[in-house]
Amino acid sequence: MNVIVDTMKPVGDVDRGGEATALLSVRSLVKHFGSNSGLLARTRTVVRAVDGVDFDVMKGETLGIVGESGCGKSTTARLVMQIIKPDQGEILFDGEAVGSSALGLNDFRKQTQMVFQDSYASLNPRLTVEDTISFGPRVHGLPRKAAISRAHDLLHRVGLEPSRFAGRYPHEISGGQRQRINIARGLALEPRLLILDEAVSALDKSVEAQVLNLLLDLKDEFGLTYIFISHDLNVVRFMSDRVMVMYLGKVAEVGPSEQIFTTPRHPYTEALLASMPSMDPDNRTQEAPISGDPPNPINPPPGCRFHTRCRFVTALCAHAEPPLHDVGGEHFAACHLANPASGHPRLAAA
Amino acid sequence: MSVLADTRVVVPEVKASRGYWASVGMRLIRDPVAMVALGVILLIVLAAILAPYVAPADPYRGSMLRRLRPIGFPGYPLGGDELGRDMLTRLIYGGRLSLFIGVMPVLLAFCIGSGIGVFAGYIGGRVNTIVMRVIDVFFAFPSVLLAIALSGALGAGVLNSIVSLTIVFVPQIARVAEAVTTQIRTRDYVEAARVSGANAFTIVRVHVLGNVLGPVFVYATSLISVSMILASGLSFLGLGVKPPEPEWGLMLNTLRTAIYTQPMVAALPGAMIFLTSISFNLFSDGLRSAMEVKQ
Amino acid sequence: MLLYALKRIVYVTPVALGVSIFCFLLVHLAPGDPLTAVMPIDATAAQQAEMRAAYGFDKPLPIQYGIWLWKVLQGDLGQSIASGRPVLSEVGRAVGNSLILASVATLIGFTFGTFFGFVAGYFRDSALDKIASSVSVLGVSVPHYWLGIVMVIIFSATLGWLPPTGAGPDGSGKWRPDMEHLRYIILPAVTMSVIPMGIISRTVRALVADILAQEFVQALRAKGLSEWGVFKHVVTNAAPTALAVMGLQLGYLLGGSILIETVFAWPGTGFLLNAAIFQRDLPLLQGTILVLAMFFVALNLIVDVLQTALDPRIQRG
Repeated sequence: MNVIVDTMKPVGDVDRGGEATALLSVRSLVKHFGSNSGLLARTRTVVRAVDGVDFDVMKGETLGIVGESGCGKSTTARLVMQIIKPDQGEILFDGEAVGSSALGLNDFRKQTQMVFQDSYASLNPRLTVEDTISFGPRVHGLPRKAAISRAHDLLHRVGLEPSRFAGRYPHEISGGQRQRINIARGLALEPRLLILDEAVSALDKSVEAQVLNLLLDLKDEFGLTYIFISHDLNVVRFMSDRVMVMYLGKVAEVGPSEQIFTTPRHPYTEALLASMPSMDPDNRTQEAPISGDPPNPINPPPGCRFHTRCRFVTALCAHAEPPLHDVGGEHFAACHLANPASGHPRLAAA
Repeated sequence: MSVLADTRVVVPEVKASRGYWASVGMRLIRDPVAMVALGVILLIVLAAILAPYVAPADPYRGSMLRRLRPIGFPGYPLGGDELGRDMLTRLIYGGRLSLFIGVMPVLLAFCIGSGIGVFAGYIGGRVNTIVMRVIDVFFAFPSVLLAIALSGALGAGVLNSIVSLTIVFVPQIARVAEAVTTQIRTRDYVEAARVSGANAFTIVRVHVLGNVLGPVFVYATSLISVSMILASGLSFLGLGVKPPEPEWGLMLNTLRTAIYTQPMVAALPGAMIFLTSISFNLFSDGLRSAMEVKQ
Repeated sequence: MLLYALKRIVYVTPVALGVSIFCFLLVHLAPGDPLTAVMPIDATAAQQAEMRAAYGFDKPLPIQYGIWLWKVLQGDLGQSIASGRPVLSEVGRAVGNSLILASVATLIGFTFGTFFGFVAGYFRDSALDKIASSVSVLGVSVPHYWLGIVMVIIFSATLGWLPPTGAGPDGSGKWRPDMEHLRYIILPAVTMSVIPMGIISRTVRALVADILAQEFVQALRAKGLSEWGVFKHVVTNAAPTALAVMGLQLGYLLGGSILIETVFAWPGTGFLLNAAIFQRDLPLLQGTILVLAMFFVALNLIVDVLQTALDPRIQRG
């Protein structure tokens, strides 16, 4: 019988910034990727993956990030995690700049972790489950026995019996179980912020429900803050307190979850929501609300990035890029229509 | 906590976990061709190691009277060579040097080549490009030519042969190691390791090496047969082992004049090279099959 | 296509340069004074001084390389110590013989190799496959110099059908394509063909099996395409890669011919290399290796460009 030692302390006591400070603050984040096409390339094509992103994540909340593929949500996650270095921008964790003398990278790593999408490559096939989970703590100095003990504890908390799972190899467990292990690995360093990048996207629906419930339980139990990235709008709605919609490397709209889903103020968000197939026979989705192909992050359109696919487009939209405008209730939208002072023709009519 | 109760997973009992190499081994055992090949290899290796106890005669002692005896001649089970020495003894002792100059270069190249390849693969970027381009220069030579060029310049001798063959194989192994490392470097679990704050050395040690060395090792075993043929070939040309040392390639050379009088005896040393080489090849193929299923 | 060829030439130039550096360094790798490596033992002090000035042995290494490279580009590969003749002409004579031998061997190897490979690939995992595959394993595992000796034992010593050594009846240095000389090329070419046969048969087997397993082949069959039609389709798809491998094999045989040429005393570059090594004739050694390596690089380049031209599916660059 395993003795489960409670090695996880509740997180509240390391709160340095206090209630009001956002746990994570991102300002003007920019990342461009250059791609060289061979030695004789005449033009260097640049992928503007993240092109000026600002957001805050408050303590104890779940911020959902949605968008189509190529919108920059995964890149944003990796920039926050410092896996990739930003070209420009500032990242503050609990009020302190990451990488500064007040908050070293190592320290930051202990407080922010990431859970990856379940793929066959998310776990090292040569390591047992307990070795995978205990790797992080051991890197940070925890002796092997204590690290293994913590791993067992975490396994128990994610619903996997340690006596059965600790010594297993990744090829001996199912997708849903693997994802629980991914989560356990993410929690191993006792972080305060957990970034979940498409964490349930690869799972079957029934398993997905279980894992989502698990995530909610863990959040309560450990007082965690989540950033939940997904392309699945239903899941994001279920999980998030606030939602941020990204398009082509910029924030299109951000606000409380229910507001975004019931009264979206950005045409892109509207279109995304409308494109979700409806289960209601009286309310069928009639036509594709977004026309055209998603443009390339290599050559984003001038002005508002969405204007080439927007049904409210006018000349203004092709010239001026709309900033995020406060539409009330902590809800912001980057659209000329949301800003009464923008001069958009439709506003005059209203 | 009751809240967790419904998220628990019910799991049927499963047999004890097996490590990766253990399951490869189990699959290998069930492969008859690979097992026979392994048996032959072990036999030859054991005979070579235990040569003083197993061989019937002295490999250096010849008799000018009893030169070139046929197979089955009393006192010479596999015949006598051009200086009257017992062939069976010479072949057994010959295995020592032939195996040594055949296997050592691959072993050395495995260590050096993996080191270079993993380094270049993990660092990536410009350093990687430069290293791999230098390696490309070596690929501009066919292996035989490169081995001959190096041996020719360095001179004859066992040590020089090993050095030149090692140089021939390092680029090949480095290339494979670099390719695999580049693949592994982008895997999610390596990213996760970076996210947990480990430094490059730790990540390479714990996560990269374990997954890279396996495929590289299999590739290296497939090189042993080539190496043995090349090494004995060098001796055949007079660039490797020097007489009167027994070595299969050298013996093949010195017995050439005997092809008219004792053709069977003259062909024996080459038959040994062939047998060893094909056994290594078949075993290596079996090993690769056993490993492929897993990934 | 032309652009691609140009790109590849640019890409290959540093490699060619690297090869030349390597060849240059070979002489300096040899133990002892590089000067004695390139001069006959009985050279007078005056000749030594002249050579020293010409090659610049007293100058720093990079400058020596520059001098040497400049000479090479003008066609001066130095002089053979043993014969006193210019290296380039010696190599030139021998290259022709080696090319002929390697080409014939490659053709034989390619023909049988594709045959075995096709059989193995078409009838995958059957007894036929196992037989054909064993042939290819044998091909890559056999020490070809030993095989040559065995062939000589069987066909010359025992049966007396074919001559054991040489390229021609009068011990001539050049092989001519006539009936007289035909007998001389058979044994060495067949022996040499075993290696490319093994490799090509393995490659073709994998190609054929892959193509046949592709879904659109099933679709073609379902539409009623005859077996002959499927066969033609397999051939057109496998041809570019198979031909590329054949081209590369030619290069390997040319560069690696020393062993077979030694066994059969075939007057090619391999034989020349052998002589050079034993006479410690380093200019000849260096020059021969340089020529052979450049041949190989050029051949690789040609194969690369042709393969891209023939197979539009390959995205390069």
